[in-house]
Amino acid sequence: MHSTTAAAPFVHEQFDDIEQQRKAAKLGMWIFLATEVLFFGGLFLGYTVYRFTYGHVFVQASRKLDVVIGGTNTAVLLISSLVMAFSVRASQLDQRRRLVGLLLGTAVLGCVFMSLKAVEYHKDYVDHLVPRLGFKWVGADPGNAELFYWIYFAMTGLHAIHVTVGIGILVVLAMLAWRGRFRNGNYNPVEIAGLYWHFVDIVWVFLFPLLYLVGHR
Amino acid sequence: MDKFRLFPPEASTSAQQIDWIYFALVALTFLICIIVFVPIISFAIKYRRGSKADRSNPRVESVLIESGWTIVPLLIFIGLFGWGAVVYFHVENPPRDALQVIVVGKQWMWRLQHAEGKQEINELHVPVARAVELTMTSQDVIHSFFVPAFRLHQDVVPGKYTREWFRATRTGEYHIFCSQYCGTQHSAMIGRVVVMEPVDYARWLNTGQPMESIALAGERLFRERGCSGCHSVNSKFHAPLLEGTYRKPVPLETGEMVTVDERYVRDSILLPGKEIAKGYQNIMPSFAGTLSEEEIMQLIAYIKSIGNQTPSNESAPNEQR
Amino acid sequence: MKTATEIDIQTEGEMPRLHYLNVEIGVKSWLLTTDHKRIGILYLWTILVFFLIASVAAAMMRIELLTPQGDFVTNETYNKLFTIHGVLMVWFFLIPSIPTVLGNFVIPPMIGGVDTGWTFYTPYSTTYANSHVITMAGGVFVAGFSSIITGMNFMTTIHKMRAPGLTWFRLPLFIWSMYATSVILVLATPVLAITLAVMCVERIWGVGVFDPKLGGDPILFQHMFWFYSHPAVYIMILPGMGVISELITCFSRKRIFGYGFVAAASMAIAVLGFLVWGHHMFVSGQSVYAGMVFSILSFLVAIPSAIKVFNWTATLHKGSIYFTTPMLYALGFIGLFTIGGMTGLFLATLAVDVHVHDSYFVIAHFHYIMVGGMVMAFMGGLHYWWPKITGRLYPEFAGKLAAMITFLGFNLTFFPQFILGYLGMPRRYHAYPPEFQLFNVLSTAGASILGVGYLLPLIYFLWSLKFGRVAGPNPWRATGLEWQTPSPPPKHNFEKTPTVTERPYGYSPEEDVDLHLASI
Repeated sequence: MHSTTAAAPFVHEQFDDIEQQRKAAKLGMWIFLATEVLFFGGLFLGYTVYRFTYGHVFVQASRKLDVVIGGTNTAVLLISSLVMAFSVRASQLDQRRRLVGLLLGTAVLGCVFMSLKAVEYHKDYVDHLVPRLGFKWVGADPGNAELFYWIYFAMTGLHAIHVTVGIGILVVLAMLAWRGRFRNGNYNPVEIAGLYWHFVDIVWVFLFPLLYLVGHR
Repeated sequence: MDKFRLFPPEASTSAQQIDWIYFALVALTFLICIIVFVPIISFAIKYRRGSKADRSNPRVESVLIESGWTIVPLLIFIGLFGWGAVVYFHVENPPRDALQVIVVGKQWMWRLQHAEGKQEINELHVPVARAVELTMTSQDVIHSFFVPAFRLHQDVVPGKYTREWFRATRTGEYHIFCSQYCGTQHSAMIGRVVVMEPVDYARWLNTGQPMESIALAGERLFRERGCSGCHSVNSKFHAPLLEGTYRKPVPLETGEMVTVDERYVRDSILLPGKEIAKGYQNIMPSFAGTLSEEEIMQLIAYIKSIGNQTPSNESAPNEQR
Repeated sequence: MKTATEIDIQTEGEMPRLHYLNVEIGVKSWLLTTDHKRIGILYLWTILVFFLIASVAAAMMRIELLTPQGDFVTNETYNKLFTIHGVLMVWFFLIPSIPTVLGNFVIPPMIGGVDTGWTFYTPYSTTYANSHVITMAGGVFVAGFSSIITGMNFMTTIHKMRAPGLTWFRLPLFIWSMYATSVILVLATPVLAITLAVMCVERIWGVGVFDPKLGGDPILFQHMFWFYSHPAVYIMILPGMGVISELITCFSRKRIFGYGFVAAASMAIAVLGFLVWGHHMFVSGQSVYAGMVFSILSFLVAIPSAIKVFNWTATLHKGSIYFTTPMLYALGFIGLFTIGGMTGLFLATLAVDVHVHDSYFVIAHFHYIMVGGMVMAFMGGLHYWWPKITGRLYPEFAGKLAAMITFLGFNLTFFPQFILGYLGMPRRYHAYPPEFQLFNVLSTAGASILGVGYLLPLIYFLWSLKFGRVAGPNPWRATGLEWQTPSPPPKHNFEKTPTVTERPYGYSPEEDVDLHLASI
């Protein structure tokens, strides 16, 4: 039996019980992620078409990106996903302190990712790779090289926005966890935030080879 | 042209083919309407509330009936699809002996030029019973070249070439419309096709100033713009010779093969670095912005016209062939 | 079935004392409401305003087209008018109409999210058009979020919040159609969002994803645009089909013929609808073979629609048919939708589409589907559920009159446009050659009749709010769960969650029920 002194699971008025609420929220998140896949899908389609049309210059352009930072970031995000998985487990086991620590740990890894990304963007700027902001290209077909960088910034930028939102969610969840909101089996929010975080991670796992590795043999 | 009608004039060979499918579809529509509306009306009368009709044991499902009205339409639809596809294939593939006309759409007019060099604006004079092929591009937004009397319709897209063809069957004047929304004056982007007897057409073609054919204009541009300075046997630069290349495959630096067609020639003029022929350096400057759409098409016509020649000097380096 | 007690809460002939409309009062209680019924009402008012604005735009266009010359408005105004008409009607009326108003209102009780003036085609939209493109795209973007959320909400509700005993094959067909609609809303809308976002970025910063001058491909834009916009057509018609299934069964007092096939047809439309976008591009310069694939798929997507029409017709057989206002709209729907669907085949046939593409034939075709189909269904559904929403009946005679005027006016407006289209009149023309005038005059005349058909219900609906006869919980003696609660329903719909024990539409045609309609 759950203790009645701690916060009881909060059931919104339209749901019959906590189980229905949990299932509905989880399904809702999955559907939302499906829309996100389609949202990113538009950019992936654009990438595919132009990679096919201007394959050569895309390979050239891809070589200028920093694989070391990109690779490090991939590792950082994969580890953060692991930590997130542990946080969900901790919330299910009702381990409050551990949960707060792991959520903050995930958020910190997210911040590391964003910092590295910022360093990389700055480096791109210095190297004249930012479209419309002092873009310079020696070699064939500068217009389509610029198109590659445009797609690169659009995709990684959209991804970065998602990471930022994720960090915000994690910080809020950590604060709520500290106050004991996720006790007594009320771990649903942590679970669906976990789904979101894994999604963001997976998008990057696709972006990294498409943008950084196509130029490397 | 401006006469009230219920049915558009049928003035090309493809118009006749398309109209037959249209009539078949109209007949099918009538048939389906009868099949649906007659039962609705008769049920509505027979089973109106309070009527003494027999309502016992109503059916609410029958796999047999459902399969019937799924499969029968399916077969009809596949037949219609096939018919439409065959005619479409015909409409989309011009015959080889067609007269060539180039069309450039811009906000808000059509500029046309016959292979013989005669230029027109918003008007197209053609002989009856000859196939005419239009090669079209736009210099700004997407337009669409629509001649209802020929059942002829093709988008005109900037940055690429689209084509359409017709064989007029009846002399007279017919509308040209732009049917893809292209800005404020969209509905003013109209013109007319004048279909003439071959004799009249020949006379029309030869009136006015003496003309330079499209291919000759291309040859002149090829000299004037300095193309021939490099693409010739006497050049001190290492540039491919263009005689005999059109419609032939050419290997690229990347190892791919492409066919030299309108798109490849156009891209080579505007984006020379995009697809470098194997064995050559990327040294050609881009001509983007310095050539008009017509001039590019004239250059293409020139390259096409020398497509069956061989380079004049056999000692020339030619890795291409 | 234990339903008597729930209904008995409402005394016959009197409005319930407390219901969702009066349980809380004040502007704030409406704007911040979480009650799906109030949300539905808010949507109703909103889309009504958009419908009126868009209709005024349509009326002005029809007046302009009375004469061949452009003399009533300038060409620039005309272009604005058809863009406003298209964008508002599609994204702010048709797409939200049935899903958000009727869907929000009745889905929870039942089971216990264009053609526009495509000024959007690149490179026109990115380089040449005026700056309203971004405002317009922004508006559509926001409306798109609303669509996605609505779709997510419906899917989650239908999956996880059904009443006990309400299995998938006991769901009313309206719910099936809304489920299919939600799938499309959720999967197609994000593609539109990213396409419009890229288009705006391209416009603002001048990078070339779609602009051929910068190496981009304008055809790619069309692919992405139609990947959303063709399924969006089914967003607009599927809910209408769902409503028709409810109306036909209720007023022929009979179970639907072929329940499983009608439900499966909705899902088939949702799936196939994603695979046919290329039929908007037969003359765009895409490959001939791509055209063939899209053509055959477009024929296939017509099959499930045909199945639905045949099943509705068969439902009437051995029924007991009541010619109420909703039923008149439903029968009108079948007629107009049949014509709209058949003319769709003309457009799916490759060679014929070469001629009629972007002509008035296309306009006529999709208005038969959107207005003849969806708006008729919306009006039918609104009349059907009006007693549930407000607790009062609309005047039946005026209702029937309006339904018939709408049907006549509609055909007079849009049938001449088929002829105009085959004659070759292109769409979005502000001025046209004089030989097209007669059909344009007929069309404008029809539009004025259609206008009367739409204004009449507006008047008597408002009248009925105060003077309409009290409806009681179930004026149609319908079997749906939403009729087992007072009208208007209490805030939480049911005093206790009902249990479902049988398949939907348990009507018996042999039993004569009195709907008290003669006296209204």
